[in-house]
This record gives sequence, structure tokens and C-alpha cells, in this order.
Amino acid sequence: MTATPATDAPLRLPPATLIQLSPDSWTAPFWEAAAAHRLVVPRCTSCAAFRFPPGPFCWRCQAQAIEWVERPGHGTVYSYTIVWHPILPDLADSVPYAPAVVELADTDDVRVVGAVTDAPAHAVEVGLAVELVWRDVRDRVSVPTWRPT
Amino acid sequence: MTLRDKTAIVGVGATPYYKRGRSLPQTSLELAGKATLAALADAGLSVADVDGLALYGMGLGGDTSLFAQTLGIPEVRFTATLTGGGGGAAGSVGLAAAAIVSGMATCVVSLMSLQQASSRFGASYAPRGKVGAQYSAPPSPEGNFIQPAGLMAPGQMFAVLARRHMYQYGTQREHFAEVAISTRENARRRETALMRDPLTVEEYFAARMIADPLCLFDFCLECDGAVAVVTVAADRAQDLRQPPVLVTASAHGGHGRWGQAITWMNMPDEIFASSGHRPVAQRLYAMAEMGPEDVDVALFYDHFSPMVLLQLEDYGFCAIGESGPFVADGNIRWPRGSLPVNTHGGNLSEAYIIGMTHVKEAVEQLRGTAVNQVAGAQVALVTGGPASLPTSSLLLRAP
Repeated sequence: MTATPATDAPLRLPPATLIQLSPDSWTAPFWEAAAAHRLVVPRCTSCAAFRFPPGPFCWRCQAQAIEWVERPGHGTVYSYTIVWHPILPDLADSVPYAPAVVELADTDDVRVVGAVTDAPAHAVEVGLAVELVWRDVRDRVSVPTWRPT
Repeated sequence: MTLRDKTAIVGVGATPYYKRGRSLPQTSLELAGKATLAALADAGLSVADVDGLALYGMGLGGDTSLFAQTLGIPEVRFTATLTGGGGGAAGSVGLAAAAIVSGMATCVVSLMSLQQASSRFGASYAPRGKVGAQYSAPPSPEGNFIQPAGLMAPGQMFAVLARRHMYQYGTQREHFAEVAISTRENARRRETALMRDPLTVEEYFAARMIADPLCLFDFCLECDGAVAVVTVAADRAQDLRQPPVLVTASAHGGHGRWGQAITWMNMPDEIFASSGHRPVAQRLYAMAEMGPEDVDVALFYDHFSPMVLLQLEDYGFCAIGESGPFVADGNIRWPRGSLPVNTHGGNLSEAYIIGMTHVKEAVEQLRGTAVNQVAGAQVALVTGGPASLPTSSLLLRAP
């Protein structure tokens, strides 16, 4: 491991074998849409507040009912880290990877977390414009990643 | 009515501190008992006097039944734990004070015992059952929105908060280095500290990057050990072996939408790059009828060095966003800084017992027996967390 990581290293992704989903009745529609490569976000039908992750109550008005609204998946990097040290043996071939917290456009700044893909490590910065790329990790399971635009 | 100055810490005790796994063949329960007996002996009390247990949830795995049966506590009249994900050690002493002031118990032990032989906090959000992640949490519906990005460790998650702070306020890695190096300087003089070699700026910047912007020396240690604290009513404390240390105030909690914080990442923008402590700090000072200018020494929970900076801001020692220049000016250095911080070497360089070593150091400072004694220290601040809700804190003072 070098003192100053080679920041032109291409970013990788954590292995699909480490990704486990366990949806409940409130989050399942998100993952079902994701499997079809559609990004949907729940919005309160009483006060129009977005809630994320999907859950049983509106944080603003406590109503339960939601509508699922589709968004194209454009956003900007709010913050991020670049992981250089594999904390598990299973991650040894996956570094560096860059989990990013992305503010999603047209959602009152819902933040969606995903790894940055198709970029070198030095390209990641706060404010970077990104678009969602669905990563198919296995049959019927896709998770969000972010690619610079 | 508040609990201000109505109770006092009268005993502290600890086992030796060990690198992760080195406390074997002792058991975690055994470490807990040894620390408790040491704290009672320090106070001049015995197990027969104990009638309350006030813990932070991880202390005995959130359960006191086996501990009470094993030590032979005559009657338990109060047993409660603060919930949360790492921020409760300081607040557990506040819980003890609340039990005593309310009349539910008279002599309360607060305790943290940690053994990471078969588990490690450093990978606590990795998939359960994977090699190196035996401690980890099972997948949750909420965690599904974090973990597939590869966020599997607290240090990676706090790195995201630190990066945002750098972006918003111009904070630099040199400022993180000052926290790590000043803390190491304090640890060098302490026999109990696990990391006593000097740390230079050059060594800091030569260290391997773990989760950018956090390098090796921004991470705390992974340890085994136990620390216990005994609290009784202030009037009773006068008759015991040690000079009492008054519990002037305690607070825990936080903004509801701080919530799960690092495993959520949707906290309001105005508190994202914070320690989560801001409302807790305000309530703490209000209860104490004090402000930051009254604090002589601060023991900040330091799992990751940038989080010390964010707490300096949230506890009002500098303006929001100005903690970098504040530490660069030497303010947190013992003995000459305006606010010596983590005089015991903290989680970064002494030992990581989930924050209870910070309570022990505050007591030693106010008794005047600390290794790195702050001259004339009268008031000490102790914090637990940054973590998910609740964070917690204590203001202690010499009588």
C-alpha cells in the first residue's frame, strides 16, 4: 500500500457476493422497480414530502399513504469516501471503490447511496454531476451505482 | 428540578487494556466483574452496597441478569441501558444519577466491558458470517440502501461526514493529524496506553490510506478491557474513601432526524457535517448553568480523529466550521492549550473501551491525580459518540 494512493486508479465495485437484500413490505416496491431498471421514490400523498428509505410514516406529517414517483436518476455527489483498505478478505480485489452519497434531482434532496463507477478515483468530488447506472448483481437483483456525466 | 450536583462519582476501576483478542482466556463477564470490584474498592464500598446498574447497551450485551447473579448483588432495584450505536457511555452515568435522584436506587454501577476476540467493530456493518465480519449486523431493510455501495465499516461512514466538512469549511488533513498527534503525545506518558511511540506529521502522512480522507492514524484502536464507575448521592459521597466528583449535568439524545445518521445519510443538510451533539450540548450546559468557557478539560469520544473537530464546534469551543484553525493554533494541546483534550490518550492511542476510559480520565483530572494533570482542573466535559441517536455527555466538577 503506497502512502499516497495512485489516484488515477480505476474505481472498482464491491463483489456481488457481498450484496444481500432483505426487503420489507415498504421497501419491496423500490427493489422490484430497481430490478426493472426503474428508479422510484415514495412521496407522501398528504403533504408531498419524499421519504427515504421507504417506510411506514411520513416524517413531516405522520401520514402513511404514499405514491411512487419515477425519476430518471440524475444527481450530484453530496459527499463520498474512497475505500483503499479491504476490511474483509472478500474485498481484496475490489479496492479502490468509492461509496457516494448523491442528492437526487427533483426529490427535495433525497440522498441515494451508491458506488461510483466508470471513473478513476481522482474524478470523484463533492458537486460532481452523476447519473444512475443499475448494477445487476444477480437475477432479479439490481442496485444503484453512479457514473459521472 | 434537575439532577445538578445531587450525585457524585465515588469510584472508578478498570482492567488492563489489551489489543483486540489479547484478553483471553478471561471472559467478557470476568473483565466486567474485575473492573466493577476495582471501582467499588476505590470507593471503599462492596458488592453488598450495589443496588443499581445503569449501562450503555453494549456494556453487557444490554443484559444485566447474568452479571447480577454472578457477582451476588443482594437486590437489584434499578437496571436500565441507554440504547444506540456507540454514543452512550457518558450518558450511562447520567442514567445512574437519574436513578439515584428519583429514589429508585442508592448505589449504581455504570460499566463497559468489551472483548473483540471473535468479533470486530471495524467491520460492524459487513455481511454477517463473512470472514472478518463475525460481529456484523444482519441485513436490514434500511441497511439495504447503504451496504451495496460497499459502506461496511464505521470508519468508512464517518469518512463521508469528514469529507463533507472539508468541502463546506475548508478543513484539511493537517487538522486531523493535529488531533491524532496531540492525542498520541498525551498517551506517551501513560503506562496504561497501548500506543506510546511518538507520532510525527511525516509518519501521519506516510501512513496508508484506509477510507479517504481517513488514514491509519485517524482510526481508533480495537481493544479488549472493562471500565466501571460507581455513583452515589452527593451527601453520602462525603463519607467515602475518595474525593467525590460531582455529576453536574448529563444529557443524551439528539435531533430526531439525526436518527441512524451514518447508516442513513439523509440527515438534514445543516447538521450533516456535525457530530450530532449540538442539541445535547445545549441541554447539558443549560442544566449545569455553565458554558464552554467553564470547561477546563474535555474528553471527547474519538473513534475517528475528525469527529473531535466536529465536537469542538458543537460544544461551542469554536464557531461552526472553524475547528480546523482552532486545533492548528495549538488549543487542544496539554498542558498549555486553552482546552486540553483527551489527556489520557483517548480511543486513538490509549484504548477503545467505547468511551468509558474518558469518564475515568475525567474523574482522575478532578481528583488531581491524572498522569497529564491539567493544573487546577475544576470542570470536565465527557462525551459519548458521534454515533446514531442518542449521543450523550456529562459535565463533572470537583466539589
